[in-house]
Amino acid sequence: MSADRRRFLISCSAMAVAPIWTVAHAQHNPQREALLREITGGVEVRIGRVVVDTPPLADNGHSVPLRVVVDSPMTATDHVRRITVLAERNPRPVVASYRLGPHSGRAEITTRIRLADIQDVVAVAELSDGNWWMGSAHVIVTELACLEG
Amino acid sequence: MIPANAAANALRWPSAVDCGVRKLLVSFCGLLLAVNAVAAEPPRPQPKSGLSYAGADVRALQADDFGNPGMLWVARGEKLWNIPTGRSGKSCASCHREAPASMKGVAARYPRIDAGDKTLLNIEGRINQCRERHQEAGALAYESEELLALTAYAAHQSRHLPVQAEINEANRAHFERGRETYYRRQGQMNLACTHCHERNAGRKLLADTISEGHGNAYPVYRLEWQSAGSLHRRLRACYFGVRAEQPAAGSAELVDLELYLASRARGLPVETPGVRR
Amino acid sequence: MSMLARIQVPAQARRGDIIPIRIAIQHPMETGYRPDNFGRRITKNVINTLTCRYNGVEVFRAEMGSGVSANPQLQFYVRADSSGEFVFDWVDDSGERGSERAALAVSG
Repeated sequence: MSADRRRFLISCSAMAVAPIWTVAHAQHNPQREALLREITGGVEVRIGRVVVDTPPLADNGHSVPLRVVVDSPMTATDHVRRITVLAERNPRPVVASYRLGPHSGRAEITTRIRLADIQDVVAVAELSDGNWWMGSAHVIVTELACLEG
Repeated sequence: MIPANAAANALRWPSAVDCGVRKLLVSFCGLLLAVNAVAAEPPRPQPKSGLSYAGADVRALQADDFGNPGMLWVARGEKLWNIPTGRSGKSCASCHREAPASMKGVAARYPRIDAGDKTLLNIEGRINQCRERHQEAGALAYESEELLALTAYAAHQSRHLPVQAEINEANRAHFERGRETYYRRQGQMNLACTHCHERNAGRKLLADTISEGHGNAYPVYRLEWQSAGSLHRRLRACYFGVRAEQPAAGSAELVDLELYLASRARGLPVETPGVRR
Repeated sequence: MSMLARIQVPAQARRGDIIPIRIAIQHPMETGYRPDNFGRRITKNVINTLTCRYNGVEVFRAEMGSGVSANPQLQFYVRADSSGEFVFDWVDDSGERGSERAALAVSG
C-alpha cells in the first residue's frame, strides 16, 4: 500500500512538471528505448506530431478511453502508415498496432485499453517518409473500493 | 416498520460521528414518530441515480448508444427474442410479438407477483418461467450470457420510463422482508445496506463515491466485471464486501430485496443497460 | 455462441467525405493472467487481428494484444470515394472468426 501511495505522490508531483519530465523520461528510459528500437528497427523517434488523448485519472484500469491523433495530411505521398500504442507497465507493453493509409483521410483512432498501473501511454507513428514520431499521456489509475471477490 | 434495534445500532456507528449521534437519535425518533403516524413508508427525498455519482467517462459511455458495451447484450437479446426454443418451437416473439411495444414499461413495474402461483418474480425469473411453462425449454442459469441478454433486452424497452414498483397486499410480505434485509446488519463488517447507501451516500470509500444503491440501470455493464451483469451479481458483491454469507442469485432473499430497492428507486428512470465503474 | 458485433457506417456520404467507422465486438479479450474459480489460469484469447476492406481494398488493420479492453471497440476514418461495401473480418487466438458488412452510397 505504502509503495502505491509513494508512486501516486511521485506521479502527482511529476505531473506538475510534466513537459520537462516527459522529455527527460523519454531520453533516459532504457525499457522504452528497447521497445522503440524493436518497433522502429532502430530509426530515431522524434517527439511531436502525435497526440495521445486519455483522461488524466482513469475510472478503472480495465477500460481506459484512448484517442490517438497524428498531424498528417493523409495524402498519397504524405500519410501515416502505422500507429503503435505502448503501455510500458503492462505485462505485455505493446497494446495494439493500427495500419492506416491515404484511404483513411484522417490519422485518428479511438479505442479503450487496459492499464495495469499508473503510467505513460505512448503512441508512435510511422509516416510514409520513413520518419517516426511519438507522443504520450500520463494516466493515473485508481483503486476501486468494492471489488468483487 | 423500521427495525426496533435501529436506534441502538446508531449508537454503535464509528466514533468519528459521536458528536452527531445525539442529533441522529433525535432525528431518528422523529422519523419513527412520522412512520407510526402515517403507518406507511417514511417520505424520502428524490432518489439519485448511481449515474450521478459516476465520472465523466462512465457517464459519456452510458450515453453513447454505440459505445455503451451493454448494448452488445441488448443486441444479443434481440436476436434471442426471435429464435424458437424448446419443445414448443416458440420464440419469445411468438407470444410477445415486437418487444419495443409489448415490453415497454414492463421492467419498470418489476418484481411482480405471478398471478398463477403467487411467487414474486423479477425479470430473470419471469423469463425462466416463460421458458419452462410456454417454451418447454429449460430454465437458463442466472448470469448466463443468454439470460443476461434477454433480461437486458426486455428491460431496455423501459429505458427512460420511471421505476414504479407498487407495494400492495399481494406483495407486502415480500416488501417487508426486503426492507428487513436492507436494515439488517450482517457479515464480519456488521453493516447493513443502509449504512453505506442511505447514511453515507455521496461520501468517499477509497476512490469510489458511495451511491444510493438503486437498481434502475440493471443489468449494467460494469468496467470492473468487463462484462454485463445482473443486479443480483451486484448485490452478492455487496454481501461479499461486508463479509457476509452470500445468498444465491435468484434466491427469495435477493428478489425480496430487489422489490424493496425498486420501491426506494420509484421515480428514477430505467437506464438499462447502465454503465458503472 | 458466435461473436456478436455491432458496426456503424453512415448509409450515405458525399465523394471525398471523411467518414467515421465504428465497430464493437462482444469478446472477453482474455489476458491469460486471469484465474478461473479453481485458481487455474484462463488461456489467453484475444481478437488479434481485425481488418476493414472497402470495395475489396484493405483500408484499415488493427493488430491487438491483451492490453485492449474486453468487448473491444474501435473508431477510425475512411475517405468515401465510391459507393460500395465495407467488409470487416476478425479472428481470435482460438481461431474463431467473425465478419460483418455494411453498404455505403456515395453521391457527388
